[in-house]
Amino acid sequence: MKYTVDKKGFYGNYGGAFVPEMLFPNLDELEKNYNKIIGDKDFQNDYNNLLKDYVGRPTPLYFAERISEKYKCKIYLKREDLCHTGAHKINNTIGQILLAKRLGKKRIIAETGAGQHGVATATVCALAGIECVIYMGAVDIKRQAPNVARMKMLGASVVSAESGSKTLKDATNEAIRDWINNPVTTHYIIGSVVGPHPYPDMVAKFQSVISTEIRSQLLEKEGTESPNYLIANIGGGSNAAGLYYNYLEDHNVKIISVEAAGKGVESGKSAATSVLGKIGIIHGSKTLLMQTNDGQITEPYSISAGLDYPGVGPLHAHLLETKRAEFMSITDDDAMLAGLEISKLEGIIPAIETAHAFAAFNYLDFKSDDIIVVNFSGRGDKDLNTYIDYFNL
Amino acid sequence: MMNRIDKKLKEEGKLLSIYFTAGYPSKDDTVDIIFKLQESGVDMIEIGLPFSDPLADGPTIQDSSSEAIKNGMNTNVLFNQLKGIRNKVSIPLIIMGYFNPILQYGVEDFCKKCNEIGIDGLIIPDLPMDYYEENYKSIFKKYEIYNMFLIAPQTSDERIKKIDSISDGFIYMVSSSSITGSKDSFSSEQLEYFERIEKMNLKTPRITGFGVANKKTFEAAVKFSKGAIIGSAFIKNLDSGGIESIDKFIKSIRD
Repeated sequence: MKYTVDKKGFYGNYGGAFVPEMLFPNLDELEKNYNKIIGDKDFQNDYNNLLKDYVGRPTPLYFAERISEKYKCKIYLKREDLCHTGAHKINNTIGQILLAKRLGKKRIIAETGAGQHGVATATVCALAGIECVIYMGAVDIKRQAPNVARMKMLGASVVSAESGSKTLKDATNEAIRDWINNPVTTHYIIGSVVGPHPYPDMVAKFQSVISTEIRSQLLEKEGTESPNYLIANIGGGSNAAGLYYNYLEDHNVKIISVEAAGKGVESGKSAATSVLGKIGIIHGSKTLLMQTNDGQITEPYSISAGLDYPGVGPLHAHLLETKRAEFMSITDDDAMLAGLEISKLEGIIPAIETAHAFAAFNYLDFKSDDIIVVNFSGRGDKDLNTYIDYFNL
Repeated sequence: MMNRIDKKLKEEGKLLSIYFTAGYPSKDDTVDIIFKLQESGVDMIEIGLPFSDPLADGPTIQDSSSEAIKNGMNTNVLFNQLKGIRNKVSIPLIIMGYFNPILQYGVEDFCKKCNEIGIDGLIIPDLPMDYYEENYKSIFKKYEIYNMFLIAPQTSDERIKKIDSISDGFIYMVSSSSITGSKDSFSSEQLEYFERIEKMNLKTPRITGFGVANKKTFEAAVKFSKGAIIGSAFIKNLDSGGIESIDKFIKSIRD
């Protein structure tokens, strides 16, 4: 089985570039250049130096003793929450800003849901001195106010997406429309492994540093590069793609992708794409997405702004179809409780996205010598208001 | 029988084509709007199949699309409304819509239904040329449904030639690097682009769309193409004047 993208931009049945002709030249330019640029020695030097000195990589692989004891297995946390800006998102934005500079772009646009990708993009634009416009759903602007303030401090313009459900899906539509209107000068930094080819592959490559580091860190700690399980939360799927990237061919490593069930998979308020999704086209990619019978994309729901995306990256649809990954759905309530539990047991407050991955432990059986690596994709600071409201803190 | 689109393109003079969103302002306006457009002398009609996430569209068509979906418009409803339309309407009818609703209906079923109703062609902005050729071209041919492609200012000459070689009917020439929406006039940059394409001597006639809104932009567009499509401006006119104002709007473009 092949888990990399083919020449036409597909992972098996999923992927491609279903975009209006106006975007074809933009994607064609990226497609022709991205591998060449990423492979270039100078680029790699710049990228690795920034990851080290600016982002703070490598992030630790931390043996979480107390939750390991509770769930009777060996749990390691890949501490992406310790990255500059508080989540894995910056691995990708550092890569893409360097790429955009090499392509001669003068202006950056991005979409954001929880605001993490928006902050990570605004950050690298400040670093590079490039104009930055972030599209964010009006609903998300309200529930993620601190991140909106961060983006503004970093010099970005935050544009409210007022169409549709006013969340991530609509912010992405607005960013794509901006790109149609500004095809030559602007680079679009997509924040997840979604969108038209070559984005899913490019973003996965920039996030793959996560599993590259894990291989050597785990070897040092456990004498093996390969854990028994990898667990990641999944919305579009960028932190998951980074966690899995260097293990996809390693079939002894089981992969568990945890998506948001919201109020419950069958409640009508959910973002569990693996169960509720059907094959279709969203944001230029053929993948699984939540939609009506006549093909209108539906509004997902999750308490976590980073997981309420109605689709999933094409790589993940392929991993599901080929049974390389197992999918689980976790409700808001389970995730919130897990978030509190991890905070109390390990002294780390997780992003609510990340908390979904920990809630999965309640539904899984492990052997005592099983090694599990959980991607600790982000820190919970941005979610404090949600935690406060939920637990009456 | 020659496709109505080809027949129309062979006529003398410049063509006026109108886009409207099916199911807007009200769910059952579709057929009335088509009748009124034909009566007022429009040459061709693009019936918009509404989609929840219209990536290439500006606010006017976004709003009319989401309103139409709220009104209960969908693929089945549209096909039912259009049943028997050919008893009264002889001008070319094209369905314009994004790919996902068509994919969910089933591309072959969709084409078959279009053939039964008398739809002459489709414009699917987010269905790429290569993917169409590989997967669907034979189905479109089987049901004699034309597929019209877009070109835009950034489209390379090489790609335009390829599009020209596989195009049915006409090439939809997008007037600027932009989403849909009305503009009052064309820039010199746009006019240069129109001229550049004209000089390529393509075999396929071109119809200009996006940013054509009034007599001035219509006349400027048809200097360099066989015709032009008005969408957003027509929908805005429906908003303010209703269906009864269609004749007046069309006459304001080309009397």
